[in-house]
Amino acid sequence: MNSEKVIFNFFIVLALTLNFGFVFGAIEDPSHHPVYELFAVIVVNLIATILKFGDRTQVGAILLSTSLVALLQLFVAAIIWFAASYVTGTGLSPAVMASIVSLSAGAVLANVVSVILLLIETVMLRR
Amino acid sequence: MDSIVYIVFRRMRQPLLTLLLAYSVSILGLVLIPGQDDAGQPWHMGFFHAFYFVSFMSTTIGFGEIPYPFTDAQRMWVIFTIYATVISWIYAIGTLLALIQGDAFQNALTVGRFARRIRRLTDTFILIVGYGSIGRELVMALTDRQQHVVVLDSDQQRINLMSLQNLRESVPGFCGNAKNPDNLTRAGLTHPQCSAVVALTDSNAVNLKVAITSKLLRPDLTLVSRADSAEVEKNMESFGTDYIVDPFETFAMHLSIALQSPGLHLLGEWLGGNSHDPLAEPIYPPQQGQWVLCGYGRFGKAVYERLTREGLDVVVIEATPEKTGSPPAGCVVGKGTEAATLMEANIDTAVGIVAGTDRDVDNLSIIMTARELNPDLFVILRQNQRTNNTIVKAVHANMVMHPSQIIANKIRLLLATPMLQEFMLLAKGEEDDWACELVSRLIAISSEEVPDVWEVTIDETDAEAVHSALTTKGKVVAIGDLERNPRERKRHLPVIPLLMIHRGARILLPRKDQKVSAGDTILWCSRYSVQSKMAWTLQHPVALEYVLQGKTEPRSWIFRRLMRQ
Repeated sequence: MNSEKVIFNFFIVLALTLNFGFVFGAIEDPSHHPVYELFAVIVVNLIATILKFGDRTQVGAILLSTSLVALLQLFVAAIIWFAASYVTGTGLSPAVMASIVSLSAGAVLANVVSVILLLIETVMLRR
Repeated sequence: MDSIVYIVFRRMRQPLLTLLLAYSVSILGLVLIPGQDDAGQPWHMGFFHAFYFVSFMSTTIGFGEIPYPFTDAQRMWVIFTIYATVISWIYAIGTLLALIQGDAFQNALTVGRFARRIRRLTDTFILIVGYGSIGRELVMALTDRQQHVVVLDSDQQRINLMSLQNLRESVPGFCGNAKNPDNLTRAGLTHPQCSAVVALTDSNAVNLKVAITSKLLRPDLTLVSRADSAEVEKNMESFGTDYIVDPFETFAMHLSIALQSPGLHLLGEWLGGNSHDPLAEPIYPPQQGQWVLCGYGRFGKAVYERLTREGLDVVVIEATPEKTGSPPAGCVVGKGTEAATLMEANIDTAVGIVAGTDRDVDNLSIIMTARELNPDLFVILRQNQRTNNTIVKAVHANMVMHPSQIIANKIRLLLATPMLQEFMLLAKGEEDDWACELVSRLIAISSEEVPDVWEVTIDETDAEAVHSALTTKGKVVAIGDLERNPRERKRHLPVIPLLMIHRGARILLPRKDQKVSAGDTILWCSRYSVQSKMAWTLQHPVALEYVLQGKTEPRSWIFRRLMRQ
């Protein structure tokens, strides 16, 4: 067992599970999508991205790009959240919540691809 | 560039993770700890404000406690976060600085910068492998003629030395082992503007590898290689190396021409001289009598062989004959710097002396001692270091031979005017009187300085007007026509056609009535700036018309119509 592999896989899977947890629930209802969970998703995704830095292989490059996609989606979701609550003052209306959650749902997809790639690599390299 | 990003990411992973952890814990703490607004009501900081606060706090900008003054519980947490985040930043920045100063990063940066510089070269350039004494002379000679050069050498110190030299052009230099084909590619071997490769390292194996690599990757390039042994020379010939230069043989050949036919030697000196140098004085070495040769190394051996082939009587002085071997007739053991050794070699009855050891101090000392014993000696001095120029000049030797310079000059001529090499080969077959006559013609056209030597090919780029007149208009152009001054056709430009390749045949010193045909190449020798005057005749149809017929045709269509009627 390799502790580096454990940590690496842990964060990539955690990024997916947290992200899924945030998205799960009625899309327009703010009480189903706590802000703490979005914060945790962004932090864990950042960690996963940094862990993927510096891998020169082909799979490493695709892993990094999926993470960057997820981060981009999540950042936009967070900015919409901030803007709605502090800048425009509209608050978390159903429309705003729906766009935040749908953006995060896109990040879920990127994270799913990431995990699938991880599984493929693990299966292929099984010795 | 790729490897730089890779190195940065690799090394920055740990610091970035630390920073991220410190940030997220600090932000989370600020959000969770309850505060008070200005009305004293309980208030929770949002993620947005927490991120804002941590961002300016951790970078020590510190705008204060906003939006509301903190409670003591919040301040306690902030004390912790200040230390955590500031230390994380210092760690991250420190790692980055150490990374930038590290050898691996600097190396990657140099390689990347060099590769970018080579990629952006837009003019034709010559790749020179090996920056020893010959390489240095060659780079200097080529850059003096505005030729772009790229240098590859395995010694960083030599590359550094290049930036200290006063070269006319900026020369990209790269430190890398030339045996590795990747380094050659990096230095521009596969670049479309690379026109020639010159392998000049002092190792035969490296030169051979460079030659093979460039013949395989770029068979169209001109390849010049140095070879110090006949075996390697044959090997290089076998796969089509264009020019192979043996420094010792070249040097000895130079010397033997000087002894055999002074006129031809002078001709070679003048035609091959560096631009704007004054014309060298003719020298007449004694043709008969006994010579003394000091030093029987690789140079000495080549010189000895040449001199004895000329039928001259040579006495060799060598300090360590057990190491270098000795000629069949035996040799005088000693350095030659002492009077006793020189006397033993019959210096008092000798006609000339060749001071040919590889140390300048010894050579100078030999000459000074020998002159005291026999003031009428003809003195040939081998100079090894360019830095000794001043003392070498002070000795006033009859001939100074600087091997690196001779060879560098030969390679420069091979690359710039390959026809001159052919001309000299053909000239060797002529009598010395022929050479002397040509020398006097050169004096007539040149103005106290080395003449300009250049090639012209009658094609669409070099001589557009002449080419189209010959191919489409069916006109007849002779060498004498090209020699006319395009401003006043009765006058002639100060120019001599040295050699002409006419439909594959070589014509030495073509006559004025020699016809020119498309595809011919002509080697001219002239005063400076004559080349641009002749370019008018070669490139401009109106100037050519005037030179051929003495009248100017109307240029516009209307005038041509009017004139015809």
